[in-house]
Amino acid sequence: MSSGHLSEIDSSVQSIRFLDGKARYPVLFLIASGVLWLLFGSLLALLASVKMHAPEFLGQWSFLTFGRVRPLHLNTMVYGWASMTGAGVALWLLSRTLRVAIPMRPYIIGVTVIWNIALFVGSIQILSGFTRGIEWLEFPVSTMIVIVWCILVIGIAAMLMLFYRNVKTLYVSVWYIIAAFLWLPLLGGVSSLPIFNSPTVQAGMNWWFAHNALGLWFTPIGLAAAYYFIPKVVGRPIYSYGLSLLGFWGLALFYNWNGFHHLIGSPLPTWFVTISIAASVMMIIPVVVVAVNHHMTVVGSFSAVKHSPTLRFVVFGAMSYTFVSLQGSLQALRSTNEVIHFTHFVVAHAHIGMYAFVTMMLFGSCYYILPRLTNWEWQSHKLIKAHFWLSAIGIILYTVPLQIGGVLQGLAMNNPDIPFMDTMNLTIPYLIARSVAGVLLTAGHLIFAYLVVRIVSKVGLRPEAPTIWKKTLKET
Amino acid sequence: MVRNWILLFGIIAVFAIAMVGLTILPKLVVDPRVEAVDYGNTFEIVQGHAIYVREGCIYCHSMQVRPEGFGADFERGWGRASEAEDYRNLTPHLLGTMRTGPDLSNIGSRQPSVDWHMIHLYQPRAVSEGSIMPPYPWLFEVVNETARPNREGLSLPEEYRIPGKKVIPTDEARYLVAFLLSLNQQVPGMED
Repeated sequence: MSSGHLSEIDSSVQSIRFLDGKARYPVLFLIASGVLWLLFGSLLALLASVKMHAPEFLGQWSFLTFGRVRPLHLNTMVYGWASMTGAGVALWLLSRTLRVAIPMRPYIIGVTVIWNIALFVGSIQILSGFTRGIEWLEFPVSTMIVIVWCILVIGIAAMLMLFYRNVKTLYVSVWYIIAAFLWLPLLGGVSSLPIFNSPTVQAGMNWWFAHNALGLWFTPIGLAAAYYFIPKVVGRPIYSYGLSLLGFWGLALFYNWNGFHHLIGSPLPTWFVTISIAASVMMIIPVVVVAVNHHMTVVGSFSAVKHSPTLRFVVFGAMSYTFVSLQGSLQALRSTNEVIHFTHFVVAHAHIGMYAFVTMMLFGSCYYILPRLTNWEWQSHKLIKAHFWLSAIGIILYTVPLQIGGVLQGLAMNNPDIPFMDTMNLTIPYLIARSVAGVLLTAGHLIFAYLVVRIVSKVGLRPEAPTIWKKTLKET
Repeated sequence: MVRNWILLFGIIAVFAIAMVGLTILPKLVVDPRVEAVDYGNTFEIVQGHAIYVREGCIYCHSMQVRPEGFGADFERGWGRASEAEDYRNLTPHLLGTMRTGPDLSNIGSRQPSVDWHMIHLYQPRAVSEGSIMPPYPWLFEVVNETARPNREGLSLPEEYRIPGKKVIPTDEARYLVAFLLSLNQQVPGMED
């Protein structure tokens, strides 16, 4: 058999073939929509980045001003690219791990259409100035509710899969995904309640939501993917069930309480902030546990990282998760926060989380899932490799200089002898480096989008074997 | 099936407890301090707040002063430490997370000149050399020198002047400046 992953051909309703056939249209549609918003979000990112060191660039038009382009970049990346692709990947993972076909398929496709329309309307709203004005929640409440409702409907499909599953035990990935599909609609619903629109209180809700959107929606999906793909590609079971359990419930217990570490030094009551700092430090436990679990699974099989596109992206993502989480715990400490709060350091930190961890994880997942959904192969080894290196080098070039710049900015800001203007001036070289990194990342995204278009439309000759970087190793 | 329900219950429970702790409790504690209506906010100030939100000023300017001894906010003259009461009547909140530009909690007292703010909004580099703040020309009208005889144009430096034209602020610019000038810790009513 030339292509390894198609060898399991039988007609039972639990066969991989059958499940992937049912998953095809909803998951492909979600991933393709996500990729579209990734490209749009990248364009906005470049605009915002260049505007930071060239303020007159496209400065004449109100709808392209920095204060509108930057929030729209965040919203399209978060609620477009990462949420849509994440939801697609999560559904596919559930179908595989629970051995049950994705239910409600026409509804999922329907809400994905509505989701896209909501993002489009929301984009026009933000660019024309109709913003809710809260970071991570810039879409007006009415638009946000539609998006949350779409994710809720997909979440109902996920719950149905849990209850109609054809396996007895629940794999780790399932816990995380089920949790994510419960948490996001709750988060979105609570954050939209008018009771939190009172002054100052809103800031607390704001950062409770924003931190949890990463911690309780993207992180579980990213970790679910890591827990599935690492053992799958390496061909060994996960190292320890006990550690998985500890990692999951540790995350659920502590991550929920992290949000107020964004409000250190703010007028909100200090004891809430202190609770969040404590919880942020406690996050070290689940993070280290997950890292050990993943490392012990891969150890001895590191050559697979060299050969498998999926594993390379996923391992990069998993390592970034460990790094960014430990960094986050340190950042929450008052003494560190005093320096890095209000600086570009935090922006870079957020990008290690959303890009080096979540986005790389989603790329890796797509490289595994799409050939199985389309019964086709990736058209080019070289382009996948180019995508990996553009993304990897791009995000390192983005975050390392910007974090250095951020620390210098913070130290200068805390020294009253330095004029404020100098604290801004010294960041300019780092901001220019970020624009360069943005070009690399965008180039990687264009390559990825091109490969996705090729594989979905099945252009070109069908390769003999799965696209990996060594012919003898097969992904199954 | 029991396993399903344990999982679902656990997931909802940890979420609900933290939600009460970090959103409902702060609301109960803070609301009594901010619910009194601040009658000092005029129509112009409220409109200006909306324009501040619309143009995304928050992405570069914070509006919270950290306590003395924590950072150098006090030494920089940005004002006393912010209190929950300072933000009455202002939603969305404008606490901010970034200081590409300086904190604005006390800008009305630090820079009380209307003309300075107008020029700064129209062309930041005309009054603040090396600034990377974006210009906001859509808050201004460029008209012929002879038009609107009762309206004076901005006194821009030579290099930013347009021959035969004058730049006059629109109502939106006036509102935004009124809001900025209201950010003044000396004003009674913001202080109590």
